[in-house]
Amino acid sequence: MNPQTVLLYDGSFDGFLCCVFMVYDLKISYPNIKKESQKDNQLFSTTELVITEKHKAQRVWKGFKLKTSSNQQRELFKAFLSEIKGVENTLLSYMQTIFTKETNRNIDFSNKDILKISQVGRMVGREKHRMEAFVRFQLTTDNLYVATVEPDFNVLPLIISHFKDRYADQKWLIYDVKRNYGIYYDLKTVEVIVIENFTKVSSGIYAENEKDFQKLWSAYYHNVNIKSRKNIKLHKQHLPKRYWKYLIEKIQL
Amino acid sequence: MSFDRIREKLSILADAAKYDVSCASSGGKRSNPNKGLGNNTGMGICHSYTEDGRCVSLLKILLTNHCIYDCAYCVTRKSNDIKRAAFKIQEVVDLTINFYRRNYIEGLFLSSGIFKNADFTMERLVAVAKKLRLEENFNGYIHLKSIPGASDELMRQAGLYADRLSVNIEIPTVSGLKLLAPDKKHEDFIKPMEKVKNEIIRYTSEKKIIKSTPRYAPAGQSTQMIIGATGESDRDIMYSATYYYKKFNMRRVYYSGYVPVLSDNRLPSLGTEVPMLRENRLYQTDWLLRFYGFSVNEILNDSHKNLDLDIDPKLSWALRNPHLFPIDINKADKRTIARVPGIGMQSVYKILNARKFRNLDWTHLKAIGISLNRAQYFITCNSKDFYKKDISPIHLKNKILKTSNSKYKKYFSNQLSLFS
Repeated sequence: MNPQTVLLYDGSFDGFLCCVFMVYDLKISYPNIKKESQKDNQLFSTTELVITEKHKAQRVWKGFKLKTSSNQQRELFKAFLSEIKGVENTLLSYMQTIFTKETNRNIDFSNKDILKISQVGRMVGREKHRMEAFVRFQLTTDNLYVATVEPDFNVLPLIISHFKDRYADQKWLIYDVKRNYGIYYDLKTVEVIVIENFTKVSSGIYAENEKDFQKLWSAYYHNVNIKSRKNIKLHKQHLPKRYWKYLIEKIQL
Repeated sequence: MSFDRIREKLSILADAAKYDVSCASSGGKRSNPNKGLGNNTGMGICHSYTEDGRCVSLLKILLTNHCIYDCAYCVTRKSNDIKRAAFKIQEVVDLTINFYRRNYIEGLFLSSGIFKNADFTMERLVAVAKKLRLEENFNGYIHLKSIPGASDELMRQAGLYADRLSVNIEIPTVSGLKLLAPDKKHEDFIKPMEKVKNEIIRYTSEKKIIKSTPRYAPAGQSTQMIIGATGESDRDIMYSATYYYKKFNMRRVYYSGYVPVLSDNRLPSLGTEVPMLRENRLYQTDWLLRFYGFSVNEILNDSHKNLDLDIDPKLSWALRNPHLFPIDINKADKRTIARVPGIGMQSVYKILNARKFRNLDWTHLKAIGISLNRAQYFITCNSKDFYKKDISPIHLKNKILKTSNSKYKKYFSNQLSLFS
């Protein structure tokens, strides 16, 4: 039996790339990449702790970029953000295929790793798009537009540029309560911030007219519905229930 | 402003605008260069969905529902006894901006009943768009309705501020229009379409020479037809849709199943069900024409005037043309693969890529995501196992229907038993 080598990393993308680096560096045959937080002690395996080092990560990424299109690079990053258990190993096996083969501008969708990554990438892309749609800002007394989200995947890094371009003249904050961090735009740059007890801090600080506009929106939403075409199944398919809690129009005001 | 009064108006004027199905917010690329408000990446975003499953992308309202016309199919017609209201220009601007800043919407879709005359109405629509663009520095999406009969100068201005312009033809046939909207002339609809088309061509060609030429209606124009109000056939509808696509470079033609809102002996009675399935089949046909390389007479012609409701139009076409199949998935060109029932354009792309590496078999095709329950009867691949055409198309159709799980199945279970 060949013993597995478990590689534990810090959960960052750079950290993952360092694992890839290590697999090549130490010629590890049976790697199993895991986040430190998912650590479990297995009997027949050795464990390595991978330290994130920027220059190693960059080397791997540079090598990957040489052999792939920007589309493939984006897909890989998106698949990584899915945080699906074990996705790192699929990504590793995919990168190994890429590194051993000649560059080819066609994508081998009959390879199961590649197909999987393209499918997961698509799922994450869909979640990103949903966040661009379902973020609901509420104006606070200090002129900050705040939104709370709980995306299925870790998509905040993917939506920064969208919101920065679109709402260039207002301060905004989008906070992921599931992963406990947010992105904040201060009219110049976007920064990643962590707020202790976000849900408590954010209640009861809204601007005077905020509720009125929410009521207007809700009134609008309910009046554009055509009752004789009612189709709840389709409604839920497009607007899954788990998002309702932060959608003004689905909350009884 | 008084929020209660605004809310009342919003309720009335949103309610009246909802039968306009266009909700696209795509195609009008607009960046936000001077740090103003909003942008448009060319990709539309649906911000919410109502319980009827339709998307909410734009603030879709009428400026007013006062109207001098009396078109039988329209809720806001003169003789209908309903609450009337009108927005002030500034009120629409404020609503749009405040909704947009909260990420509720992609932009504004402003239409209107005709008060006084066409120009008077159009002037106000243009004023809203102008104010949003120039005073509020707003780069979100604006869709304005072209009012039939508005002057050329107003139409020109409208296109400079709006991303998309549209005139709804509403009734697909000229005879139907005469019956239901006796005060309107077919030419009145055509004129603004023609104007918009020509302006788009003119501005794009000037832009090639002088780069600073402003863009004119970058998201093009669209129109809408009501389905099932005047007894027209699917062939009539799709032929006129094709005409509008070709003649006026329409970006989109929308099909709107008639929702009975008024009792009038020229129209289907009040309890009539909205023809949603038929509408769905028409959209599928529209897609086949625009993206799959079909021409309209392949799908609808004199011997086949209406679409099948129980199966999709591509399958129906394939069953009528068994001599063209099966095709070899590992050799056939893109156009041919796109014509196989159960294979969409995404799968076509994946197949073309994957087959460069190896000959594909059923497992590969299944993993790629094609709908084998339909496709398997029309293709061969790297396998000795394939459909040998041992039953007639009509039996094949029943076989496929039995194995498929359509959400519309409940409508057809009775008819099926007739054949089997």
